[in-house]
Amino acid sequence: MNIQILSVFDLVLAGLLVLALGGVQLLLGLGLLRSLVWGSVRMVLQLLLVGMVLKSLFAVANLGWITLMAAVMLLLAGYEVTARQKRPIKGWRGYGIGLASMGVTAAIITLFTLTVIIQPQPWYTPQYAIPLLGMILGNTMTGIGLALNHLTQTAWSSRNQIEARLLMGQTARTATRELRADALRAGLIPTLNMLAAAGLISLPGMMTGQILAGAPPMEAVRYQILIMLLITAATGFGSMLAVHLGSLRLFDARDRLRLDRLGS
Amino acid sequence: MQFSVQQVAGAHLPPVSFTLTSGDILTVRGASGVGKSQLLRALADLSEHTGEITLDDVAQSATPPDEWRRQVAYVPAESGWWADGVSAHFTVLPPADWLQRLSLSPEMLNATVERLSTGERQRLALLRALMMQPKVLLLDEPTANLDEANTHAMATLVADYVQSQGAAAVWVTHDATAREQLGSHVLQMTAEGALFS
Repeated sequence: MNIQILSVFDLVLAGLLVLALGGVQLLLGLGLLRSLVWGSVRMVLQLLLVGMVLKSLFAVANLGWITLMAAVMLLLAGYEVTARQKRPIKGWRGYGIGLASMGVTAAIITLFTLTVIIQPQPWYTPQYAIPLLGMILGNTMTGIGLALNHLTQTAWSSRNQIEARLLMGQTARTATRELRADALRAGLIPTLNMLAAAGLISLPGMMTGQILAGAPPMEAVRYQILIMLLITAATGFGSMLAVHLGSLRLFDARDRLRLDRLGS
Repeated sequence: MQFSVQQVAGAHLPPVSFTLTSGDILTVRGASGVGKSQLLRALADLSEHTGEITLDDVAQSATPPDEWRRQVAYVPAESGWWADGVSAHFTVLPPADWLQRLSLSPEMLNATVERLSTGERQRLALLRALMMQPKVLLLDEPTANLDEANTHAMATLVADYVQSQGAAAVWVTHDATAREQLGSHVLQMTAEGALFS
């Protein structure tokens, strides 16, 4: 089976559906037309841009350019983590904690997968490296963002309880044991949902893509299993690291709860 | 036992100095917002501050923070409860006669925190601090929600503890009854500083 080529006209037809949605919203006075149109236009431009970048990247297949692309993806994901925090850790550390936890886990897991599991020739073949890193980063970003958000927001709202435990002679680590476990759980919930829904409720995007491109279903399923296991490991380790670094920042050397280090 | 506080100051705290020895009870007075709670937070090392605080000639900064807070126990005006059950907040359960002196029933230890009144929480918070056997007890308006009989009982219990253990207490209160009953020393705080007498 060869993949059916989509024409620009096909995409315009799909776009009309979104415009129709916007029109109905306008008639009902819900005022979402602007966000819908702007979001769609932004998405189209982003994807066209990434398509062109990937086209040239695949053509050169040079390790330096691939590393640069990976670095840009990582920096953008780091920004998204901080942007979604209700009470982010102030200063460069807030950005740094998200970036470091994501960068370390995503890099280790992507490199391990490319060099030990998939082993394309050469190992950095961009057709494998870039989508793999993208899927891992996209999911760890969500997990780390949720975990850090839970950590800082709950620390803020349960100041009395945490300080009461410090006053009873507990160390900062003991006083935040449940808080840290809950934050980690918050970060892992989307991943656990993804594992539970896989195949039954949702057909994962990568598998669908490979099947549409003509791959035999069982081959596509194997790749999907690999990706889901990698995402789970990356999200788990990334969130653990972020919760650890974040909770260190919540206290100073004298085990004082430092909520002044959080923004609002 | 000697508890020495020299030029302790902070963001919302004017400079304060005083020294307490075994058996001393210091009542702290001053208009609200003058920094009385901030003083207790600094003494328990819960807030950043400058100045020198020593307990038996060992500096606060030279003692691990968890150990310091067991020796210099602070009971804030609003007590914090982090578990569902009351007993989970105690490292050692209080003796029956202490419960009785504060008109608390032993069954209360098996209750959930949610069911306790503000006044009951206040008295249990004092007991849970006392069970750490601190050398210095810092109390922030502990009698704010208590009737006269319980105010008297709490002041007597604190005085007895301080006497028998050779400890000291710092007591922030607006309550005239407690003040008359306790005050061996008074610290009058104003925005400019504090006067110890």
